[in-house]
Amino acid sequence: MTSSQSAKVHGLLEQPIALSQFINEAPIGILVVDPELRVVLMNRALEALTGFVSSEVSGVPCCFVLRTNLCLDGCPVKNLTPQGGSICLESNILNKNREKIPVRVTTSALIGEKGRIVGYTKSVEDMRYLQKADGAGGRFSFGNLIGNSPEMQRVLRLLPAIAQTDSSVLITGQTGTGKDFVAEAIHNASQRSRSPFVKVNCGALPESLLESELFGHQKGAFTGAIENKPGRFRLAHNGTLYLTEIGDLPLNLQVKLLSFLDDQVIYPLGGSRGIHVDVRVIAATHRDLEGMTRQGRFREDLLFRLNVIRLQLPPLSQRGQDINMLIDHFLHHFNARFRKKIKSLSPRARKILLEYSFPGNVRELRNIIEFAVNLSDGDTIRSEHLSTYLKTPIPVQVEAETNPPIEKKEIVLETSHNSLNLDWAHVEREMIMDALVKARGNRAKAAKLLGLGRSTLWRKMKNYLIVP
Amino acid sequence: MKRLLIPLKGDEIAPRFDLAPEVMIVTVTDDGEIAEQRLMVMAHASPESLCELILKEKVDVTVCCGIEEEFFQYLTWKKVRVIDSVVGSCERIVDCFRTGTLTPGTILR
Repeated sequence: MTSSQSAKVHGLLEQPIALSQFINEAPIGILVVDPELRVVLMNRALEALTGFVSSEVSGVPCCFVLRTNLCLDGCPVKNLTPQGGSICLESNILNKNREKIPVRVTTSALIGEKGRIVGYTKSVEDMRYLQKADGAGGRFSFGNLIGNSPEMQRVLRLLPAIAQTDSSVLITGQTGTGKDFVAEAIHNASQRSRSPFVKVNCGALPESLLESELFGHQKGAFTGAIENKPGRFRLAHNGTLYLTEIGDLPLNLQVKLLSFLDDQVIYPLGGSRGIHVDVRVIAATHRDLEGMTRQGRFREDLLFRLNVIRLQLPPLSQRGQDINMLIDHFLHHFNARFRKKIKSLSPRARKILLEYSFPGNVRELRNIIEFAVNLSDGDTIRSEHLSTYLKTPIPVQVEAETNPPIEKKEIVLETSHNSLNLDWAHVEREMIMDALVKARGNRAKAAKLLGLGRSTLWRKMKNYLIVP
Repeated sequence: MKRLLIPLKGDEIAPRFDLAPEVMIVTVTDDGEIAEQRLMVMAHASPESLCELILKEKVDVTVCCGIEEEFFQYLTWKKVRVIDSVVGSCERIVDCFRTGTLTPGTILR
């Protein structure tokens, strides 16, 4: 593959030029395959779209790299002839990150000097931005974001203006408030929308891997570096690099990021020269970066560089009637997805949701509705279709019991208001304690009350340090 | 004993889990021997039907090429190990699995 990467174009200009130089700067994915449809070369845009690096898939049949829905039975190559022409079809690909992406694939034959087909090119255009543009619009939405509360209206008004600038953006907000959606919406509405949007979770990789993932490495830079790796910055060239969980970025990489934000040059591991890349950086975190700066865990100068535009997303609990709007939105979404015909929520179910604090914000609300839609078999979501943790007190149904004092009754766990904020482990511990008190210390009866086996109860008691 | 399922297209792994026209189910003993090997043709290619089949057949490991996150997470949740982005012929993939060298992203040229 090294040879295809270093292939030259002769006779076009005064001196031969590298083919990769041509195709790597194209904003759409380009794939060159041989007559047997094996990968010869792919450009950087296609690497970003598919998640594969050109050199690792050299010689592999292209259907395993592009993975379009046409690959299994309708490969357009069969219809191309040496007379030329091209075929353009809408399709979708499944990339290495397990995302299904709508694309437009244009396939053309490459005709050699003797008039024979010597290969094919496939141009792959990401259609997500077009679909999002079609679906976008309206006073209450931007990209995948919706909201009518004053807090969200303020954010929605700002977003189009932020998208038109090219400055760094720092998005802050609690977990589940939609930071990822905001970042993608800004990219999709910006002039960089036809170039890659590359997301990196700074907290998901160990420090040593993260550096190579972000900045790339040269072959031989360290043990295991058997080939050159471009890194996410280069993959995002002309597009947007979204650094999520920026608060988890190790200090030494904060210095490298700061250096990039200063001069737009990256230095791959083991490389001797810097590479200029044109990338807009959007960062997000749920952490208090100012607090981390005071503790010396986050560089103040990096915070200033990223903080050119600051967007604070409101938690769901501060979004008032947006909860109703989001409930209906997710209901509609999951109805379509699971082919259900649920029309609404019962007043009691809606009341439970409106009174809940949503520590997990919109993501939690979405999961609650998904769960309820799955459980509901009629046309209404009732309170029993909601997760039990939303409702207090927490009822535990008791099986038939021979002991009269506790026969066929429902244990109602009297949870205090404070315990609502605790996690399941705390609630479960309280339930076990409650059952043990009700069974007067008899573990077999307590286990029956809880609907657990004796050994399970014993194990849980040991876990929660409940001394028998 | 492990039950392995590979979505197929001809003799090779299917490029996509959701569009596989047939599947190979292989039972491998703890010694790495093949105890049983079955080819099943799908009535129609569908990721939901394939997930259903995987659970019905009590498959331990699914080896595939492209798979959507939704189905990957679902199978993982159901305690089925998914080794994805694998490329190669069914025979070589099974050999690789038997020797314990099959990992996500393995390309067997």
